[in-house]
Amino acid sequence: MEKKVLYEIKALYRDDLRVMGYEFGEGEETLCILGSLRGNEVQQLYVCSQLVKRFTELEKQGRIHAGHKILIIPTANPYSVNIKKRFWPTDNTDINRMFPGYDLGETTQRIAAGIFDQIKNYKYGIQFTSFYMPGNFEPHVRMMKTGFEDVEMAKRFGMPYVVIRETRPYDTTTLNYNWQIWETHAFSIYTTTTESIDKESAQMAVRSILTFLAKEGVVDYKGHDGYLSQVVIDTDMVPVRTKVSGIFEPKVKVGEEVVKGQVMAETIDPYEGNVTEVLTAPVDGMVFFAHNEPLTYANTAVFKLVIREE
Amino acid sequence: MIETVASVGLPVGEVLEIKKNRIVPEYGDEKVWKRISIVTGIHGDELEGQYVCFELLRRIAAQQDKLSGIVDVYPAMNPLGIDSITRGVPAFDLDMNRLFPGDINGNMTEYLAAKIVEDITGSDLCVDIHASNIYLTEIPQIRINELHKDTLVPLAMKANVDFIWVHGASTVLESTLAYSLNSRDVPTLVVEMGVGMRITKTYCDQMVDGIFSLMKELGIWQGDVPEPRKPIISEDEEDVCFLNAATSGIFVQQVKHWERLKKGDMVGQIIDPLNGKVLDDVVSPVNGILFTIREYPVVDAGSLLGRLLREEILDR
Repeated sequence: MEKKVLYEIKALYRDDLRVMGYEFGEGEETLCILGSLRGNEVQQLYVCSQLVKRFTELEKQGRIHAGHKILIIPTANPYSVNIKKRFWPTDNTDINRMFPGYDLGETTQRIAAGIFDQIKNYKYGIQFTSFYMPGNFEPHVRMMKTGFEDVEMAKRFGMPYVVIRETRPYDTTTLNYNWQIWETHAFSIYTTTTESIDKESAQMAVRSILTFLAKEGVVDYKGHDGYLSQVVIDTDMVPVRTKVSGIFEPKVKVGEEVVKGQVMAETIDPYEGNVTEVLTAPVDGMVFFAHNEPLTYANTAVFKLVIREE
Repeated sequence: MIETVASVGLPVGEVLEIKKNRIVPEYGDEKVWKRISIVTGIHGDELEGQYVCFELLRRIAAQQDKLSGIVDVYPAMNPLGIDSITRGVPAFDLDMNRLFPGDINGNMTEYLAAKIVEDITGSDLCVDIHASNIYLTEIPQIRINELHKDTLVPLAMKANVDFIWVHGASTVLESTLAYSLNSRDVPTLVVEMGVGMRITKTYCDQMVDGIFSLMKELGIWQGDVPEPRKPIISEDEEDVCFLNAATSGIFVQQVKHWERLKKGDMVGQIIDPLNGKVLDDVVSPVNGILFTIREYPVVDAGSLLGRLLREEILDR
């Protein structure tokens, strides 16, 4: 393992910003894994730390096949992580809206360019990312429909779900999109949480990546093969929305099966304690996404269900 | 008349309301009235538009008999942001100007965006007033996506701004209010002027004159208006030169905004207060005029310090 500073900015008073990379093996640039680009992506950082630990063991045991280089970047934004701020500390810009970056541009454009320049030629790219709404997810591999996406390859992770979604205007400046444009096989992996540690889904992500690499002939790993992934189109999921704001009291968790009509959550009047709304399952399904904050706004999709048909 | 454009209940005893003030002529045939919409406050830290709205309404009220069309004034598209000194939508940390056209069945922010577009649609002209951000001061200017320049440049010429910047199309900009409205046949001019968290009265007064000039052009105002300034128009990306910080530190400007500079002229210095040293002399890389200048002193390597229009375009 070789530990490298991939990108550095000198600060006025803070310690210098150093984006650290951990390289394993030598040869073709095979796999790059990137953890948090935002300051609240703690689970994403944790999963990468577990991957660094695991690849260190694999390398010592000679189980990374010759001719393959693997790079892990646990975070590209330690400055924001250290002050518990989601976006860049000084101007609140999002590094994941700056790719492919510009080396003579503004600070986050430079960081994006500095990193992307070193990771754009990898054969496979994996990013642990997060959703803009607070909530927990069923672990899955997510891909944008760019025309370059390879769904069959995504299934090789053996995660329970592969989710495909349409691109939106802002996607063109994300890492995942630009990786795909540069012909990297790019995948976003969602584990259950973002701002708290969930060991179970983190370990699932580690196993999934090792399973994928074993199938691609990159590492020697004989673990559980994982799931036969179900492919889900994002827009086919059924949202369950609140009609009113208030205190949110969920009755089901991510991963649970629900039947049509089952009570999924209640909203409570924050002054008087009365139930103001009972949210029920509109279909038989599995809870794929669940809001995880104590308050909710009206019109919020607090659950997303994958339809189950018997 | 004050009208509510959109309304959403918040979790604890509060209702978020986006409001507008509709001013209509005292008499005349409403079927022929044209309509102008003045929009501001999408970014909660941009306040220049607050004074523009006030002064516009004050001047109309003083000569209401000269009004011959509808004026809709939306002073606070992001009321939670303005009242909490937050640029984005508080609690969501989202840039409201990346949510359009919104979704009437979507989450709260998407719903609000959809209601705003729905309400403005049908206007003959929309002016969306921004105030840069807290970091940079801008000379009064209108920014136009090249996709819409044929419609918008002739209108912008009447808006009494100093500069019209026609920029390249970008996919990201498709989620702005202006793009959504222009795509719905509501010509929308995006004004950038002044600086965040401040009110620059001279720029605001200049813009109010510009709005009256536009109203006159549309037949919404029958009173006298000052001749609008002749703006510099840039359509070539090479016309604009960007000045970025070479290092982190404290930037101290040494020039006036909208000043003509020669190549090599000092723009400012980046200093290190701990060691009492100058880290970088920031000099103009070209002959030109400074239309953007850094206001907020703390800079990272790469932070924008200014933008210059090259001399060639000034003499064109």
